[in-house]
Amino acid sequence: MPTFEKMINKNDLVTYCLRIADTSLILGQRLGEWCGHGPILEEDIALTNISLDCIGQARGFYTYAAALEGTGKTEDDLAYLRDEREFQNLLIAEQPNGDFGQTIMRQFLVSAFQYYFFEELKNSKDKTIAALAEKSQKEVSYHLRHSSAWVIRLGDGTDESKKRMEKAIDELWMYTGDMFDMDETDATLIKESIAVDTKKIKQLWENKIREVFAEASLTVPENIFMMSGSREGKHTENLGFILAEMQSLHRAHPGAEW
Amino acid sequence: MSIKNLTEEELEKRFHDRIEKGEIIEPKDWMPERYRKQLIRMMSQHAHSEVVGMLPEGNWITRAPSLRRKAVLLAKVQDEGGHGLYIYCGTETLGISREEMLDGFLTGKAKYSSIFNYPTLNWADMGAIGWLVDGAAIVNQTVLAKCSYGPYSRAMVRICKEENFHHKQGYEILATMMKGTDAQKQMAQDAINRFWWPSLMMFGPSDKDSPNSGDLLKWKVKLFSNDELRQRFIDRTVPQAENIGIKLPDPLLKWNEAKGHYDHGDINWEEFYNVINGRGPCNKQRMKQRRDAHINGEWVRDAVVAHEEKKKSEKVAA
Ligand SMILES: [Fe+2]
Ligand SMILES: [Fe+2]
Repeated sequence: MPTFEKMINKNDLVTYCLRIADTSLILGQRLGEWCGHGPILEEDIALTNISLDCIGQARGFYTYAAALEGTGKTEDDLAYLRDEREFQNLLIAEQPNGDFGQTIMRQFLVSAFQYYFFEELKNSKDKTIAALAEKSQKEVSYHLRHSSAWVIRLGDGTDESKKRMEKAIDELWMYTGDMFDMDETDATLIKESIAVDTKKIKQLWENKIREVFAEASLTVPENIFMMSGSREGKHTENLGFILAEMQSLHRAHPGAEW
Repeated sequence: MSIKNLTEEELEKRFHDRIEKGEIIEPKDWMPERYRKQLIRMMSQHAHSEVVGMLPEGNWITRAPSLRRKAVLLAKVQDEGGHGLYIYCGTETLGISREEMLDGFLTGKAKYSSIFNYPTLNWADMGAIGWLVDGAAIVNQTVLAKCSYGPYSRAMVRICKEENFHHKQGYEILATMMKGTDAQKQMAQDAINRFWWPSLMMFGPSDKDSPNSGDLLKWKVKLFSNDELRQRFIDRTVPQAENIGIKLPDPLLKWNEAKGHYDHGDINWEEFYNVINGRGPCNKQRMKQRRDAHINGEWVRDAVVAHEEKKKSEKVAA
């Protein structure tokens, strides 16, 4: 484990890892709800596969956060024993699955963000974070390819599928700004070359969205009011229910091993 | 001698000779219509079972009590979907499309394994399913891996490797819980109490009541009778139960030295036939979930077709 000159860095670092882990966990949890209900068997398998990658990413970052904290916590303590206001996942990750189109749109918007985010984070001065980012980025490349192909198919499919994709954009777009928000934790860690300056990747993300939407004959919304709040643990009402379900069994048996 | 000049009887005799010699039948080979039909019935039923099997376990993905268990369960359910896909492809070699198979399933004509009509009521059910249901599947599938139809046998070889993994993981869930708190032990025991008998029913009716067995045995699609396989499963499972201190809910279960097998109590065949015929605890729910998935996915499948056609006409125009 690296040693830190300033204690403040350690707390920031823990927060930073928790944010990444929370996003992956909540997204993976949402995708897991699809299991057995996909529109075709191949997609059932694909969504489960992406969910599995997300859970894996969450575990990596939680484990590191727990080690940094150094109080003997485990990945499960961090996933199962924190409350709604302590979670700092991106707001978009907790949005409902909706129909298959909305799930795909959410995945595409997040995967495109994660793709450039992890690409940058690979250069983090923190070696553990850099390694976790490298592994995650490989997985996200596939998620991005998969979801882009579906956005194009569904956007440029039938009139109905196009309408559904437009509705999905309408539902989700207001949560995309939150992905790029930064606070003091980010600022401190950016100074140390540990964290990603999201200003640097915003344009790349936008270009990707434009490119795929153009091929899907979908329109990129302009001047939409953006929700923010993930970095303060201010969520939509969705998260409480996700956690209630996810944590129920674990919390019903304190200290039990599974 | 060209095969074209042979009469139906001669062809069928040649076919049986090949089976007798232990040859493997491949899709392009001549086969009796009844052989083809029986295989389609068995294989598609197997594929549907893999897919319906995703539901009872999928039911616990969002509530898995640790991240490791969540990941393992996701991977398992993903495997089962893959098994379904693989067996559907194998069945298509017999000249039936996946749409036709799906249609048979969604209209209720084709069956699936009745075990998946039982509910999963506590986390230990994930252990019980892995240990007992995948365990029973392994006994069945290890034998099917040596069956006379090439694509089915190859699918089974591949699938069995993963089922063994599931079996171990399921057993480990229960073993861990049996070492845990009283509540965990109770959950584990409760899961086994509910899943033991239904998993014995997975081998199908008793030999004397098994209508399709004669032909299937003759064609080496089946190599052992239902009762033989059931016995094999019981014999290997009882010691595993003893190992982790879980009780199998059959007071008549006892080692029979003379036979070299365990004796067991009578299976409730009335329950079996009721569940098979749609009157199990979850039949309606499972079918509804699969039908809803299909109906809700229609616009997606239509869009895929429409998009492909657009791409094709763009290519022609270019
Ligand atoms: Fe399977
Ligand atoms: Fe399995």
